Amino acid sequence: MDRLTYFPGCSLKDEAKEFEISAMAVMKVLELPLVEIERWNCCGTVFSLTEDDLMHQLASIRNFIRVQEAGSDEIVTSCAMCYNTLKRSSLFVNHAEERLEKINAFMDEEVAYEGKVEVRHLLEIIRDRIGWEKVEEAMIYPLEGLSVAPYYGCMLLRPRQVGIDDPDNPTIMRDLIDALWATPVEYAFQAECCGSYQVVDHRELIVERTHRILSSARRAGADVVVTSCPLCQYNLRETQSELKEKIPTYEEMPVMYFTQLMAVALDVDSGELPGPLLARFSVGEGVGKGEG
Amino acid sequence: MARKELEIIEGLWEKVEELSGQNIFACYQCGMCSAGCPFTDEMDMLPNQVIRGLQLRDWNTMDCSAMWICASCFSCQVRCPKGVDLAKLMEAMRQIYLRQQLDHVSIDDMTPEQISKLPQIALVANFRKKTG
Amino acid sequence: MSEQENATIRIHIMGKTYRVPAGLTIMDAMEYSGYRFIRGAGCRSGFCGACSTIYRREEDYRLQFALACQEMAEDGMYLVQLPFTPAPRSQYDLEKIDPTENVLLQYYPEIARCVSCNTCTKACPQDIEVMDYVQAALRGDIARTAALSFDCIQCGLCTMRCPADIKHYHMAQMARRIYGRYLSPVPEHLEEQLREIEEGVCDSELDKLVAMNEEELVLAYAARIREEE
Ligand code: SF4
Ligand code: SF4
Ligand code: SF4
Ligand code: SF4
Ligand code: FES
Repeated sequence: MDRLTYFPGCSLKDEAKEFEISAMAVMKVLELPLVEIERWNCCGTVFSLTEDDLMHQLASIRNFIRVQEAGSDEIVTSCAMCYNTLKRSSLFVNHAEERLEKINAFMDEEVAYEGKVEVRHLLEIIRDRIGWEKVEEAMIYPLEGLSVAPYYGCMLLRPRQVGIDDPDNPTIMRDLIDALWATPVEYAFQAECCGSYQVVDHRELIVERTHRILSSARRAGADVVVTSCPLCQYNLRETQSELKEKIPTYEEMPVMYFTQLMAVALDVDSGELPGPLLARFSVGEGVGKGEG
Repeated sequence: MARKELEIIEGLWEKVEELSGQNIFACYQCGMCSAGCPFTDEMDMLPNQVIRGLQLRDWNTMDCSAMWICASCFSCQVRCPKGVDLAKLMEAMRQIYLRQQLDHVSIDDMTPEQISKLPQIALVANFRKKTG
Repeated sequence: MSEQENATIRIHIMGKTYRVPAGLTIMDAMEYSGYRFIRGAGCRSGFCGACSTIYRREEDYRLQFALACQEMAEDGMYLVQLPFTPAPRSQYDLEKIDPTENVLLQYYPEIARCVSCNTCTKACPQDIEVMDYVQAALRGDIARTAALSFDCIQCGLCTMRCPADIKHYHMAQMARRIYGRYLSPVPEHLEEQLREIEEGVCDSELDKLVAMNEEELVLAYAARIREEE
């Protein structure tokens, strides 16, 4: 059976465990299992944007070397931030001989990185290598009657050369939601920044972003919002209690990973689901059940 | 006493251009970047004003809070009709500070209680952007 | 053999060259040359971590790291005495700590700055995968941090070299403490024994010992029954 060289990233071992649990379970059913590389390090989460900075590329490159050692030329991750950082690093050094040479000379304890590893996001793999039809076929509980708002955020789409879809009009998550027989929700803020790392020293900014993004999804009729990024997920989920304190009428919006949505439909382990959805997704029972 | 203010180094403007790899004079001030930036409400200068300031070598630009509010979301980058990567310019300006050991976030002042609420993905990213 | 005993090597200390007998450790060679270790030496046998040192070989671009009491001086080495460079240690009460996954980050947030340069690992005289334990800590794996750092002798070389100003050895010590206090399985026989002590099973024996004089104690010690290993 084919398998994928999988890079989990720190968050999936920590506060985003449900992301990994569901991704693993789903990919097993789809017969393209994720196999974690043996040794890996934090990618750094954000790509360094200065031209002269090779130091902050080391983290990505070291992971590429691990992939190379595992005899693969592809690294797959489901975390949008890892994806973006690793992808940009690969574009920064693959085919850039001078940079590669310097980095390899610095990492003299490692075998040289040959510059051949390709970075892919799990959504891309599902779209391009598995296909929506196969996802639909594997479905046990169609999610009929559930309105799902995709939240792309920044890291899946921008910059253009890095994005897994058209940054102006992305469809990849909508197609996934369609394949699961749920109703995709169109709303204005699907690709707007949640505030990202500003949550550390400008939390108020995130609360404001969360309000805008989730209210917009709510107005468009969403029952749930799906993400692909542990930081988006944290920001959108955790600041809602602060929002409630400010606006007593605010109604909580459940937020979950796209792989969890898939896991529910494919009837495999979804990891911990957001409270408000638990009732609807009680174990072994899909939403609406449909004719599936 | 630790230095708190940016030391104006020679060739600072050129350094910003070099670090970012951007041609700031390509910008014709259409304002698309600012129209798309989700954080302009909190910024003291709009993104297009920042690049204008750089073009004019206006020292006030180096004091702006905008560079620290910018979340590197790349909305401006995908919109700019002239191919200017404003996120890279913001990063270059931050780096001018950080490379002079002027951190924007003080790790030592963060308490365990504060950190216990935050995911490590946010800390790694924030420290990469705001400490040197 | 006598030829070998008389053999000498050249070492350079602070720009001056000395001839010292071959076969000495760096520490001994420096002492032979007239340097005194007032600080920076302790056990002299590779356990206390007080004698971390750096050196260079002629015509090698790399800086080398070692314990002065363990590494042999070689011909042409450039040696220095390293000043003591303490790293701040976070204050915590082990009993009150919540051993959640991000507890190490809470007390040593600078681990989030690791750039995976591996400089720490290269510096470690104990051959510990230092970067890997920092990375394990970052992803909340306290048990792995504790296990990987087990041989650390707190020499501080990693911390002196880290471009991200991480305090590896203090952080790892905290991980081992948390692991020991909260995460490692408690051995059954220990629990059994503790229960016995609390129930007073040993009290009468202990009282007898306390009442003995020195002579009786010595006799009792000599006559003790040893448990099979
Ligand atoms: S979008 Fe580009 S050209 Fe227009 S103002 Fe911004 S940087 Fe200048
Ligand atoms: S990258 Fe920065 S300046 Fe550009 S749109 Fe995003 S927050 Fe605004
Ligand atoms: S981990 Fe650091 S402090 Fe511990 S022995 Fe290695 S270099 Fe010394
Ligand atoms: S030296 Fe510091 S930055 Fe480099 S790998 Fe070790 S802990 Fe990380
Ligand atoms: S003096 Fe104790 S380790 Fe060298």
